[in-house]
Amino acid sequence: MRYSGLKVIKEALTGHKGWTPAWRDPEPQPEYDIIIIGGGGHGLATAYYLAKEYGQKRIAVLEKGWIGSGNVGRNTTIIRSNYLLDGNEPFYEFSLKLWEGLEQDFNYNAMVSQRGILNLIHSDAQRDAFTRRGNAMLLNGADAEMLTTAQIKARYPFLNTEDARFPIKGGLAQHRGGTVRHDAVAWGYARGADSRGVDIIQNCEVTGFRIENGKCLGVETSRGYIGAKKIGCAVAGSSSRLMSKADMRLPMESHVLQAFVSEGLKPVLPGVVTFGAGHFYVSQSDKGGLVFGGDLDGYNSYAQRGNLPTVEDVCEGGMAIFPAFGRARLLRMWGGIMDMSMDGSPIIDRTHIDGLYFNGGWCYGGFKATPASGFCFAHLLAKDAPHPTATAYRFDRFEKGLMIDEKGMGNQPNLH
Amino acid sequence: MIIDHPLLGPRDAAEFTYLGDAKLIDRPDWQSETAAKDFYEYGYLRDNPAGWHQELWFHEAGDRSWLVVTRNTVTHEISKVEMARDVARARGRSK
Repeated sequence: MRYSGLKVIKEALTGHKGWTPAWRDPEPQPEYDIIIIGGGGHGLATAYYLAKEYGQKRIAVLEKGWIGSGNVGRNTTIIRSNYLLDGNEPFYEFSLKLWEGLEQDFNYNAMVSQRGILNLIHSDAQRDAFTRRGNAMLLNGADAEMLTTAQIKARYPFLNTEDARFPIKGGLAQHRGGTVRHDAVAWGYARGADSRGVDIIQNCEVTGFRIENGKCLGVETSRGYIGAKKIGCAVAGSSSRLMSKADMRLPMESHVLQAFVSEGLKPVLPGVVTFGAGHFYVSQSDKGGLVFGGDLDGYNSYAQRGNLPTVEDVCEGGMAIFPAFGRARLLRMWGGIMDMSMDGSPIIDRTHIDGLYFNGGWCYGGFKATPASGFCFAHLLAKDAPHPTATAYRFDRFEKGLMIDEKGMGNQPNLH
Repeated sequence: MIIDHPLLGPRDAAEFTYLGDAKLIDRPDWQSETAAKDFYEYGYLRDNPAGWHQELWFHEAGDRSWLVVTRNTVTHEISKVEMARDVARARGRSK
């Protein structure tokens, strides 16, 4: 069923009796050409692009819970492509371009809103760093603009550029950045994949891999054995847990990242703003809630909830830059499990086991990457070669010293 | 989280900084023939278990001692706290 304005009007006039479920609930087949483990944003996007762009058939997505129950529904919904390094920036710009056409592409309202992202500058050194970053973005075809305090004041008149503890000296803006309704991304990809024949199998946990003579033949699941020619893993924070079933140790730690939503307010914040003197990022959802976050808690965790010292730290960052927000009450907070890699950049690569492919290590930047991650993983699965924008995301880069370390923190995952 | 420091008693985890898996105590032998591979694995690969995990915490805002904390990564429950010094010596380090 194709969604359209006309369809909404027709259904409104006929008692909404013509709507059908957005995706099926199929029983697993004994065998598929390609199995994707993980029904989150990245896994569903992979299945969608495999079917749509690469003409693959007989695809299944296996999800242990319900689709979209992990990080795709637990993030701060920001999209942007303001990266510095060669291995990253073309990939994230590819992703942003896919976001721009996504809703037309999969015929689903994901509320992609290019309201702009503004990284605030508070020191001369930070201005130099952001100028360099902006130039790297321009060289890779992304948009970037250095803003003066007067330009920032025009859009955010309540920001203190005069006598704050960390006065604002300027900002790096990416006007094409913005926010997306995160759950709708999972649902849109699921519906798009399902309508092209992909079986989305929920409540189906992978409990092991069947590997013989260095080749992966299929997966053991809570709903029985399922064979496949190729198997792609896209399970984010559960990556180490899943891949340990194939006797792999990953260059990765799982960490909890908390996010917060305030009560609904009238429109106050037109775009996404990040505080440069601490770590705090905030946007306002269309419902009015301030959606914000900051640093990781900093210790290995699979708990999907964090601790109070980080809550205090994040809120202090928020109060430093937006004292007025202290009047708003916190409505909800939650934690997601981040697949923190050793250099802060992801992996989209084959494993040493034939037929087993891996996508992970998204750290806390996975949401914005969803379309390109799916596209590039689909490319890898279909063609057995990396997509041109994802050639650097290799497993062996750690052994070869080819790290893509945006923050220059070294092999300390909780600092990326 | 509260970390029950062996010398100082219960302390707020916010006083500590976190390094990672306590296997980092077992630094590979740099003279071994497989040293390059060993150090790659030591530096970059982690077990990252869901469940009990032995890990190194540094009491940065306290007595600046290193601790080995046995903590459950699913529940955040802490079952055991030892001085990293004692653990390392028991494993044959610093003899």
